[in-house]
Amino acid sequence: MPDPVKLTVNGITVDVPAGAMVSTAVAKAGAGACRRSVSGEPRGPLCGMGICFECRVTIDGRAHCRSCQVVCRPGMEVRTDG
Amino acid sequence: MADREFDVVVVGAGPAGLTAACRVAECGKQVAMLDDNPLPGGQIWRGASKEAAAWMHRARRLGVEWLAGARVFDAPELQKLAVETLEGEFRIAYGSLILATGARERFLPFPGWTLPNVMGAGGLQALAKSGLAVAGKRVVVAGSGPLLLAVARYMKSHGADVRLIAEQASQSSVMRFALSCPPGKLMQAIGLRAGLIGIPYRTGCWPVSAQGKDRLESVTLQCGHRTWSEPCDYLACGFGLIPNLELAALLGCRVSQSGVEVDERQQTSVRGVYAAGEATGIGGLELSLSEGEIAGYAASGNSDRAKDLFGARAAHRRFAKALEDAFALRAELRDLPRPETFVCRCEDVNYERVRGCSNWREAKLHTRCGMGPCQGRICGGAVEFLLGWKAESVRPPVLPARVGSMSR
Repeated sequence: MPDPVKLTVNGITVDVPAGAMVSTAVAKAGAGACRRSVSGEPRGPLCGMGICFECRVTIDGRAHCRSCQVVCRPGMEVRTDG
Repeated sequence: MADREFDVVVVGAGPAGLTAACRVAECGKQVAMLDDNPLPGGQIWRGASKEAAAWMHRARRLGVEWLAGARVFDAPELQKLAVETLEGEFRIAYGSLILATGARERFLPFPGWTLPNVMGAGGLQALAKSGLAVAGKRVVVAGSGPLLLAVARYMKSHGADVRLIAEQASQSSVMRFALSCPPGKLMQAIGLRAGLIGIPYRTGCWPVSAQGKDRLESVTLQCGHRTWSEPCDYLACGFGLIPNLELAALLGCRVSQSGVEVDERQQTSVRGVYAAGEATGIGGLELSLSEGEIAGYAASGNSDRAKDLFGARAAHRRFAKALEDAFALRAELRDLPRPETFVCRCEDVNYERVRGCSNWREAKLHTRCGMGPCQGRICGGAVEFLLGWKAESVRPPVLPARVGSMSR
């Protein structure tokens, strides 16, 4: 088994299996949601395949990344809006 | 990033794209295959599956150029696509193009469907395959189609507590479908059922609302005249699949609501542009594989070998038609959204505002329904079912792209 990957979500350090998507790290960190909708509702992943844009987070300062399609890398800094 | 040029470019690395790319390479052509996901296999063979690995091994051996995490956002010139990755943008030129863009789930709005942890059926499975831990979680699987069984089995085998499967189709139509299945398919279904012992499979049953404060806590289901509330951690809910048509439409290919129109060689109405798999109409794995092979041979100028596969494809298409008839969505589902239920999740537009318009264009202009980042990919399938509106023209960029990518 490859080593788990360590990254942070809203400053909280989490370990995820190698190859896991950022959406996994967000769930594991207990972040309630990935983003707030235009009227302020908490939102999380819906489609899991890059179509719905509900799982958008900020990764290493880049906003609007679809967390279901980005593989976790060591040291990544993820921010949610939830 | 440097621009590239190939004899054939395949968009999509699911079953249809993989078989197509392999057949093209076998015919001695230079071929590139790209996909917006980081791993090949599409949704059905997502990530580390044995089948995806075997086909990828074959593709690599044959010299197929694999471009991962590559999103086609425009077709700026004839026979050229604009592609974005996390690292940058490039153009890719092709002699022939094979579109194997697959399908997405159809979502229907109901009160509470925007709560975190209400997901697609395939959606929850995709996230679980991407590492989401579902062990010990209470899961309700709902919606329509054979995908629900596959998802429930996957969840159960990964330790989830699957409370029930709610299939909106009636028992009689599910039974008729089962009896009309070819033996191989029937065995697959029986195998799936065997993996689901102990999980109630309710036909004529669907979710009417989801409850929770900041995330899902329970779902209310209806079965006949009975409604009840089922506490759960995840609701995996999809009402069948719809083809991804945006790129085909951008290229000017004739598309109908059921898929990209193709001739017997899988060529679209645009010469040199082929389409294969779920993009041409929902038909399942075997149909995708045979369409991918035919498209691969035809795009390499090898029509004779393509012809040998027409018979197999016809059989798979009959199965696809039976599937479509059996799991047709019931009219009662049109009553699911309340006036205040959001239909467009990107722009938070409610049903009352959308149905006050007379067509898609008016709804877009007056309410912003379908104008957010998903560009109507989610609400479009809902609105088509609820109000009968067809999606209209597609304009570049077909996906949100960075300003830097578009400034060339």
